[in-house]
Amino acid sequence: MTDQSALFEYLLRLGDNTLVLGHRVSEWCGHAPVLEEDIALANSALDLIGQTQMWLGLAGEVEGAGRSADDLAMLRDVWDFRNLLLVEQPNGDFGQTLMRQCLFDAFHLELLTDLTRASDDRIAAIAAKALKEVTYHLDRSSETVIGLSDGTEESHRRMQAALDLLWPYVGEMFTPDAVDNAMHAAGIAPDLTALRTRFDTRIDAILAEATLTKPDSTYAQSGGKTGFRHSEHLGHMLTQMQWLQRAYPGATW
Amino acid sequence: MYAQMVKSESTQDAPEKLAAFQARIDAGEKIEPKDWMPEGYRKTLIRQIGQHAHSEIVGQLPEGNWITRAPTLERKAILLAKVQDEAGHGLYLYCAAETLAVSRDELTEMLLDGRMKYSSIFNYPTLTWADMGAVGWLVDGAAIMNQVPLQRTSYGPYSRAMIRICKEESFHQRQGYHIMMKMAQGTPAQKKMAQDALNRFWYPSLMMFGPSDKDSVHSAQSMKWKIKMNTNDELRQKFVDQTVPQAEFLGLTVPDDTLRWNEDKGGYDFAEPDWSEFFDVIQGNGPCNTERLAARNKAWDEGAWVREGLMAHAAKKRAAKLAAE
Ligand SMILES: [Fe+2]
Ligand SMILES: [Fe+2]
Ligand SMILES: [Fe+2]
Repeated sequence: MTDQSALFEYLLRLGDNTLVLGHRVSEWCGHAPVLEEDIALANSALDLIGQTQMWLGLAGEVEGAGRSADDLAMLRDVWDFRNLLLVEQPNGDFGQTLMRQCLFDAFHLELLTDLTRASDDRIAAIAAKALKEVTYHLDRSSETVIGLSDGTEESHRRMQAALDLLWPYVGEMFTPDAVDNAMHAAGIAPDLTALRTRFDTRIDAILAEATLTKPDSTYAQSGGKTGFRHSEHLGHMLTQMQWLQRAYPGATW
Repeated sequence: MYAQMVKSESTQDAPEKLAAFQARIDAGEKIEPKDWMPEGYRKTLIRQIGQHAHSEIVGQLPEGNWITRAPTLERKAILLAKVQDEAGHGLYLYCAAETLAVSRDELTEMLLDGRMKYSSIFNYPTLTWADMGAVGWLVDGAAIMNQVPLQRTSYGPYSRAMIRICKEESFHQRQGYHIMMKMAQGTPAQKKMAQDALNRFWYPSLMMFGPSDKDSVHSAQSMKWKIKMNTNDELRQKFVDQTVPQAEFLGLTVPDDTLRWNEDKGGYDFAEPDWSEFFDVIQGNGPCNTERLAARNKAWDEGAWVREGLMAHAAKKRAAKLAAE
């Protein structure tokens, strides 16, 4: 793998994570349990879409094949997506959505923190901008996870169920592969093992305050960020997201 | 409009008090929550502001319907920001209504069980991407016609909510018109979609202003109190006069054979919408009434555990803080 193709892959991972999660969160628009939550979810989705435009825009530049951020978002099929399995999981109930958000935010925040020191200035600049937004995302998602977990019996039960359901998707974020290693060697990506330690510290504190029990299992699902084996959910998302571009090729909107 | 056919409530107050109140309104003073007001004024405002707030909230649904199918990242972001604004408008308006001693939860319950209404327009389906253009252009355009004068309404909190809302509405209309422009100048299929959207949304948009109320006693009372600023016909005429040239600029045809410029009145003559359809829609028989209310009820019911959970947590925190003191 050349550095250039590893960089392209790596940028797709960053951009596809925000694209897919932003899409999922936007599915809530108009349907949230409280008006304030509706507005807050839309805010997060908007930030994530904005980050997608930057990451995928840069990915297209690095690839050098003339593909724009929109081309990459709208005209690739499932196997070319490089997002984590976690972010493509369905929304479920509001608790599941917020648990997914909190787990991702905690990872995202640590990752972006390191990326602000990347040897590539373009990446460092995008990371710095995104970091401000994601700091706020984690504040909000962790607060809501804590509030719901330490609320009523029912809300606690639902939050524990959400954690149990999503925990197997945590490991993939920290399991390095050839792309991660190449990017680490190039002074761009962090060492994922060290990142995991910081993530654990954060998440353990949140879960403790939330009175939730961290699942014993360390089993990790994989196949999202390599694109080797996504879940069945991603294809359905793409049928919606890409429909207009696929049905009316070449049209401008 | 967003508040359609709001009946004014009768008032039993003493004539001198009513006269003094009317004098304040005539002098252009703002009525504030702590001021004395006739019971009819208060109740009419609750109904009107509540209906307006519900319209913003239900109005999220037809456009929300296309967020996950927006054709580009930029369009997705713009549409999402727009629909998020509408939620914000709902929030401002519920807050304004709460100053009249009715809670947001009470108003919500009344929406959900059908005691309160929302604008007829949101009971129409959005079938293509061009509908996102038509809704922004026509529906927000019609809303602006009504909301701009309401910035001068006599009730202070309502007026201030309208001022904030109007700042955002012009962006809504522009993004809609921009979508239409892209499509009207696009491929034949896009152009067809744009025309089809105009065909479906033209008359429902005219209905937003409500049937003629020039002889209505309710409207006369509301206008005296400055909680309604213009007659429905005035606003509808203004809307048509503004919109027809915009349609021409797009190269689209307004679906009205009788549309003619009338030199004498300095405005267009146009066909009235089918008012029997309007009454069907507000009685619950529009194409999407059932879905819209079901969606709001589902969000509310499925969100109950969230609201209860967060409230229970807040109570625990308060108790812990008290114990620590
Ligand atoms: Fe609106
Ligand atoms: Fe609005
Ligand atoms: Fe609007």
